[in-house]
Amino acid sequence: MSKKADVIECNDVVIRFSGDSGDGMQLTGTLFSDTSAFIGNDLSTFPDYPSEIRAPQGTIGGVSGFQVHVGTKIKTPGDYADVLVAMNPAALKATAKWVKEGGTIILDEDSFDERGLKKAGYKTDDPITEDKLDVFNIIQAPISSLTKEALKDTGLDPKSVLRSKNMFALGMVYWIFDRPLNYTEEFFEKKFKKKPIVVEANKIVLRAGYNYAETMEHSTPSYKVSPAKIQKGTYRNISGNLATAWGFIAAAEKAKLELFCGSYPITPATEILQELSIRKDLGVKTFQAEDEIAGICTSIGASFAGDLAITTTSGPGLALKGEAIGLAVMTELPMVIVDVQRGGPSTGLPTKPEQSDLMQALYGRNGESPVVVIAASTPSDCFHYAFLSAKIAIEHMTPVILLTDGFIANGSEPWKIPSMADYPEIKAPIALEGSKDWNPYVRDVERLARTWAVPGTIGLEHRIGGLEKDELKGSVSQDPMNHQRMTEIREEKVQRVNNYIPELEVEGDKNAKLLVVGWGGTYGHLATSVNDLHEQGKSIALAHFNFIKPLPKNVKEVFSRYEKIVVCENNLGQFVGYLRMTNPEFNYEQYNKIQGLPFTTIELEEHFIKLLEE
Amino acid sequence: MSDIQTTFTAKDFKSDQEVRWCPGCGDHAIMNAIQRALPDLGYKKENFAFISGIGCSSRFPYYMNTYGFHSIHGRASAIASGVKVANPKLSVWQITGDGDAMAIGGNHFIHVIRRNVDINIILFNNEIYGLTKGQYSPTSKFGSVTKTSPYGTVEHPFHPGELIIGAQGKFFARSIDTNLKLCQEIFQQASRHDGASVVEVLQNCVIYNDKTHAALSDKEHKEDRTIVLRHGEPMIFGKNKDKGLILDTENLKLKVVELGDKYSEKDLLVHNAEEKNPGIHLMLANMSYPDYPVAFGVIRSVKAQTYDNAVQKQVEDVKSKSSVKCVDDLLRSGTTWEV
Repeated sequence: MSKKADVIECNDVVIRFSGDSGDGMQLTGTLFSDTSAFIGNDLSTFPDYPSEIRAPQGTIGGVSGFQVHVGTKIKTPGDYADVLVAMNPAALKATAKWVKEGGTIILDEDSFDERGLKKAGYKTDDPITEDKLDVFNIIQAPISSLTKEALKDTGLDPKSVLRSKNMFALGMVYWIFDRPLNYTEEFFEKKFKKKPIVVEANKIVLRAGYNYAETMEHSTPSYKVSPAKIQKGTYRNISGNLATAWGFIAAAEKAKLELFCGSYPITPATEILQELSIRKDLGVKTFQAEDEIAGICTSIGASFAGDLAITTTSGPGLALKGEAIGLAVMTELPMVIVDVQRGGPSTGLPTKPEQSDLMQALYGRNGESPVVVIAASTPSDCFHYAFLSAKIAIEHMTPVILLTDGFIANGSEPWKIPSMADYPEIKAPIALEGSKDWNPYVRDVERLARTWAVPGTIGLEHRIGGLEKDELKGSVSQDPMNHQRMTEIREEKVQRVNNYIPELEVEGDKNAKLLVVGWGGTYGHLATSVNDLHEQGKSIALAHFNFIKPLPKNVKEVFSRYEKIVVCENNLGQFVGYLRMTNPEFNYEQYNKIQGLPFTTIELEEHFIKLLEE
Repeated sequence: MSDIQTTFTAKDFKSDQEVRWCPGCGDHAIMNAIQRALPDLGYKKENFAFISGIGCSSRFPYYMNTYGFHSIHGRASAIASGVKVANPKLSVWQITGDGDAMAIGGNHFIHVIRRNVDINIILFNNEIYGLTKGQYSPTSKFGSVTKTSPYGTVEHPFHPGELIIGAQGKFFARSIDTNLKLCQEIFQQASRHDGASVVEVLQNCVIYNDKTHAALSDKEHKEDRTIVLRHGEPMIFGKNKDKGLILDTENLKLKVVELGDKYSEKDLLVHNAEEKNPGIHLMLANMSYPDYPVAFGVIRSVKAQTYDNAVQKQVEDVKSKSSVKCVDDLLRSGTTWEV
């Protein structure tokens, strides 16, 4: 194959596919990601789509994007794109600002007619000049008409013909990044097994795009991305929502319990319920309830009856579930509430990530209502933290709130498939038939967890409920001192979980000038920025939290080693407020971004350098 | 295993908790009827679960020596659904009131009925909020004077039977707290029915809505003002068994007739609780005094697939066909690659 002489060699590249929400950009991006993974690249993806299913065609509101970052040591989907594919003027208008200076933009020039330009909000017929896009390497390709031309003899209907233009663009990108076509061709064969004409058409278009890019080589850059040094093993791509669903199935298997998920569809958490509803082969029972409240209440019922019970939601749903979470706290039943956070308040930004439900998770209930709060930090570690959330809920007889967010829930990355043999056992504190002098609120002295007497067990008939209960017998009690003790016990039970969780670890220098602190889904961006600066010799380290309540035991010890602490969050400062309350002896700086967008490593690095220079 | 008890009496179902309902409250009688109904149902004591929400009636589980859950206002239908789906072998009972089921819990109530989850719902209807001391409820009669309606309510009440049948209800029965024997009989029928069964019990609140059902419990007149429906039997009522119900085919409504010269027993409607078409059941459920006798007994009892059973069957079916047998299989399913 002849290649242009000046091939760009690099460790990583960012590609963004952008088009109308019906243009198939998510699929195009996924296929590119899969092929890249197969040939040994590390990667991270992020789909960015509007909350409307089909916003008016050709408008900025309807632009759907998929960004993928491939290369070595990849932890984020990347800030700015090296290559943007814009299938229409609206896609160009909306996303050109996310392309690196000097980057390449591939346009479907057929869509840049008067109507398309007007719909996208361009005032002239020359978007390049109008938006000063000449800093980019613009490739105008007649993608629609070449697709039509390539398929003219196949007998495919015009609608289907036009629908396959995304594969032309994908073919071009494959040439630019020197990727093989066979994985994608195999995908067509599987996906459209019953429609050979569609398989053939897609293959023709993909190849036509590839050949077109090759022919145009004088104006097309080409990249050579170094393969990642990846640990040996079997890999798969996994999104955060899928990993979350599977983590719970794994926990149920280890605990030898049946998994029950009562839930109500809500963006961006719905995929967890959808995946669990497929997994009846592993005995999972899903209950699509009439509302958020019934979602958690059916789960509380299932937990009372002895299942591993979970419910999945996002911020607005967490608000509706508040009273029922209090019931689970009071009755000390195990369950996990997953909140895939999105922009708020109210309906807010349903498809955009944010970290603004932290305070709601910690305190958003009536009364003193402590629960364990855990946050996952990458798409694949959602598996690990879902598993751990369930383990803690069961072994400590407490509700656990697991926080993820739209960014890691929809984002995906390659994941070295673990073996279940390497995962710990989960021991449910089930009260057995014949237990002598058993009472529902008798506790294990270490954990303070009560035992779980499942209906159907002979001789352990008992009543639980939302009223305060006697410390010993569990019967209803309004005794003032008893209430004080029970309130303290419930709090202490949650605090003691920190005897069972790992200590806070630090990446970077043990004693640096600046300690960056983050939690949850911002890990990829924070770690990339801190590592970059550390490699440049800056005195910087990262402490990233997955356990929010209780906090790991060594927080004070870690914080005291650093001169300056900056807490970075996608909210107005909820975690920093919590740290100021729980560890008031330290001085915290804060860095907050609340735009419905993840941090960029560029802005983080700029800010950290500023703090280091102060 | 001689020490394991296999037969039970009503006494076995009483817990050691002091019953705190007001003296004279209808709840006492309803609880007695349930405790008498349970021993004959074929379940062991440990397999009963009583789930309630909030309200006077919802204190019920504390007084039962069974598994019990006194939950939060309005949500017992959802919690009971979770219990039953998690363990279909249990006999699950929801104890609820007119406010708990039809105001704050209205959404869950109609959906548990629509899904046909196999639970028994005992709806204590006293047409008032008792625990909060006397505000009107969704079943309070239009114009009722209560603490929050000092000039009379301006709301149309729900008729529970109509709501339940409208929500695809397959089993609806009605009784009254003063008729312990009928309550006991109906509770057993509700338990034996597979699917969501709702029993509305007209219950007297002696403090905040005393005598609201007095017209129907009055010893002198009750037999003339109520009719006990039994499947397969003609619809006869009255102290002297001298009245009955026919279908006025011209106006498509029920009509009360006197037996005698004009009508004989064979002209009367024969109750068919198992008829799928809800038309007559709805008319029977909606009969109100003084125009009609109020219907007691099992008004509707229609067989249908239950939710919990369907869930179980689907799990078994998919399990038998899938190649994914454990989590290790799952993690390796779909596209994977080796490095």
